[in-house]
Amino acid sequence: MNPAADVWVYLSASPLLWLTLTLVAYIVAFTLYESSRFNPLVNPVAISILLLTGLLAGTGTPYATYFEGAQFVHFLLGPATVALAVPLYEQMPKLRRAWFALTVGLLVGVVVAMVSALVLAWLLGASKATIASLAAKSVTTPVAMGISEKIGGIPSLTAVIVVVTGIVAAALGRFVFNALGVKSHAVRGFAVGLAGHGQGVARAFVVSEEAGAFAGLAMGLTALATALVAPWLAPWVIGLLR
Amino acid sequence: MAILHALALLLAFQLIGEGATYALALPVPGPVLGMTLLLVAVALRRDLLARLKPTTGTLLTHLSLLFVPAGVGVMVHGARLAAEGVAIAVAILVSTVLALAATALTVRALLRDDEDRR
Repeated sequence: MNPAADVWVYLSASPLLWLTLTLVAYIVAFTLYESSRFNPLVNPVAISILLLTGLLAGTGTPYATYFEGAQFVHFLLGPATVALAVPLYEQMPKLRRAWFALTVGLLVGVVVAMVSALVLAWLLGASKATIASLAAKSVTTPVAMGISEKIGGIPSLTAVIVVVTGIVAAALGRFVFNALGVKSHAVRGFAVGLAGHGQGVARAFVVSEEAGAFAGLAMGLTALATALVAPWLAPWVIGLLR
Repeated sequence: MAILHALALLLAFQLIGEGATYALALPVPGPVLGMTLLLVAVALRRDLLARLKPTTGTLLTHLSLLFVPAGVGVMVHGARLAAEGVAIAVAILVSTVLALAATALTVRALLRDDEDRR
């Protein structure tokens, strides 16, 4: 074996390589996002995923090998969720004034996000396991995987669905809100955080600190509400669709 | 040291959240409970805020990065996506737009006076 191939075989099996490449891919994607002046359609997550899946497919590297390195990034989803307490605290006076509207909006949004996905997938002939995997699509990844497992979905498929949902919410939010004439950063942030979890929050922080805090609140509440509602509502809806 | 303090605090609150959720069989996700407890802690001890802010700011600015590893998992589901990819894509696209619209319209309708002035 030639020395270069030897080094490749050694490095490609170590977590270091794929951790590094995950960061590099994201930096490339984020630079594109930045140079587009943060156009929501130039989504950094989508671009990173395209770059990395291309690289993994090209080198014949299995996902499990990749994840051994990438898990260190994935792990930070937990502490990052806890970190949302800071912007939440800073927006407390505004949140307190709006609590009733936000609570009703939360319930409406969570039910619409879940039930519409289940019904659409059923109409389009998706299998039962796939339909169940869609129920928690607006909930941040680790929580969604747990819910999915409980209701007969495929957790690893749910993880992908959650990420794609986040990309869609972050990319299309601006257009939906503009079409509806919704201008308030608080309302826009709350809606994008509800529909698009952490990626919606990231997008909202690009727009303003206020939008970001409301998005963070929505993300936390959506995880909580979906965890409470999905285990009985999703099986019931899926039962009706049979 | 500031970053170490902040990271240790975040991890400790997540740990408490996960532990309590598991021990008491709560339906709340561990990190969400951790976030709620940290919110209470910050309200009680304002000096925590300044200590946390640089680190939480960095973490939240690049929150998107943290979703990349799970998203790359798309490559494992090639067979299912070939068969059901269209149904999944349409369901995600339409239901996400509906959720954005339904939430925004509901919250706007219920907020009186001070909203939509920006």
